[in-house]
Amino acid sequence: MRPLLMIALLALPMATPALAASADITLEIPRLDVAEYHRPYVAVWIEGEDRSVAANLAVWYQQKEGKDAGTGKQESGAKWLADLRQWWRRSGREQRLPIDGVSGATRPAGQYRLHFDDAGPPLAGLAPGAYTLKIEAAREVGGREVLAIAFQWPPTASTHLQASGRDELGAVRLDLEP
Amino acid sequence: MRRCLPSLALLVALALPGAASAHKMFLVPSATVLSDGADAWLTVDAAVSNDLFYFNHVPLAIGGLVVTAPDGTTLAPENVARGKYRSTFDLHLQQAGTYRIAVVSDGLMARFEDAQGKPGRVRGRVGALEIPAGATKVEISETQNRVETFATLGKPDQAALKPTGKGLELVPVSHPNDLVDGEAASFRLLMDGKPAAGLEVVAIAGGTRYRDRQGEIQTRTDAQGQFSMTFPAPGMYWLNASVEGARPTLREAATRRASYTATLEVLPQ
Repeated sequence: MRPLLMIALLALPMATPALAASADITLEIPRLDVAEYHRPYVAVWIEGEDRSVAANLAVWYQQKEGKDAGTGKQESGAKWLADLRQWWRRSGREQRLPIDGVSGATRPAGQYRLHFDDAGPPLAGLAPGAYTLKIEAAREVGGREVLAIAFQWPPTASTHLQASGRDELGAVRLDLEP
Repeated sequence: MRRCLPSLALLVALALPGAASAHKMFLVPSATVLSDGADAWLTVDAAVSNDLFYFNHVPLAIGGLVVTAPDGTTLAPENVARGKYRSTFDLHLQQAGTYRIAVVSDGLMARFEDAQGKPGRVRGRVGALEIPAGATKVEISETQNRVETFATLGKPDQAALKPTGKGLELVPVSHPNDLVDGEAASFRLLMDGKPAAGLEVVAIAGGTRYRDRQGEIQTRTDAQGQFSMTFPAPGMYWLNASVEGARPTLREAATRRASYTATLEVLPQ
C-alpha cells in the first residue's frame, strides 16, 4: 500500500490528468478515548452485484508476529484476520497473505486517502456495472463496523459519495472522476 | 458411553420415549473459522447436559473421538483430559482446510426385568453387556451416536466431510463453517449412506440459561434427506436428529437407534 499511498499524496496538489477514470477513497480511523487502544484491522474492497469480490483494495493488519502483552508469547497477526468477518468470508480465506500491493501494516487514527485509476490494477479491467465499495474495520478489545457505498463504474460524471461510521470508522468518501 | 451415564436422572430421561427427553451430548470448539496460516490450535470441550452449552452434568466420553484432517488423515488429539463436568482436548491444525471432529459410538443397550421384576437397563460394547442373572423380558438394542463439530483453517473444503456410510450422518449442501445470520443453510441426512427421508431435525441456539424458552427450530428432511434452515441470530447451535427402529448391524441386537448431533457456529454478516 505504501507506494500507492505516496503516489496519492504526491498527486494531491496536482491537477488530476483526465486520461483515466479514477476512484479516490478517503477513510477515517477515529481517535478513540479508550483505556486500551489497538489499531484496527481494516479491509477495503469492491463487491459486485452478486456480492462476490471484484477487487481487493486494501487490507491493513499486523503482519509481524507480535508479543502478546499478557503472556509475552509470539502470536501471528494473521490469527485475527478472521475478525474482519465479512471480508474473510468473501475473500480473505481465498487469499495467500500478504497480498502484493494490497495488504499493509495497521494504521494509527487519522485520515487516509487511497487513489486508484483504470490505468492499472485493480480497476483496469473492472467490467462496467453496479458495484459496492465495502470498508470493514475490527479492533482488538473494540468493535467491528462495515460501511457500504454503492456506485456505478465507470463514472460518467464527477461523483461524490459518502458514508459515516458510528464506532470504528469515521467519515468515508468515494470520489469518482470519469 | 457407559462411564458417562452414572446418573439416575439420565437413565430415567433415556427411558422416556423420544430423543428430545434425553440429555444433550455436544462438542464446543474454541473457534470454527481460523485465519492463522497453516499452524493453529483449537481446543474442544465435550459434555453431556440439559443446558446448551453449559457443563453441568457429566463429561462426554471421548474414546470414540475421530478427527479427520483436510487431507482425509486422522489427527490425534493432544492434552486430553477428563474433568468432572467436561472432557477436553487440543488439536494442532497444520493443514489449511476443514476438519471434522466427531465422537462416534456404536454399542448395545439391554432393557430387562430383574429377578425381583423391577425394570432395569445396561449399556455395553459387544461382548461386554452385563445383563444380571435371572433377568427376564430382555430386549437388546443397538445405539449408534455421532456427535460432531467442524472447524476450518483458511478456505473451507469438503474432503473431511465424506460420509462413512454407517449410522446417521450429515452431508453438507451448505458448508458447516460458512453459516451466517439470516442466510438459509441446507444439509442432507444419510442413514447408512442412504437419504434419511421424513426425519425431524431440531436446532437450538446456545445460551439457554439466559432465556425462558428453548426456542427450538424444527424442520423435516425431504425425500432426498435434505433440509433447510435459516438461523435467526448468530451463535452456536445444537442440531439433532435420530432414527428409531432401524435394522441393527450388530448380531446381538433386535433393533437400532441412531442419532446425529452437530454443533454449528453461525456468524454475523
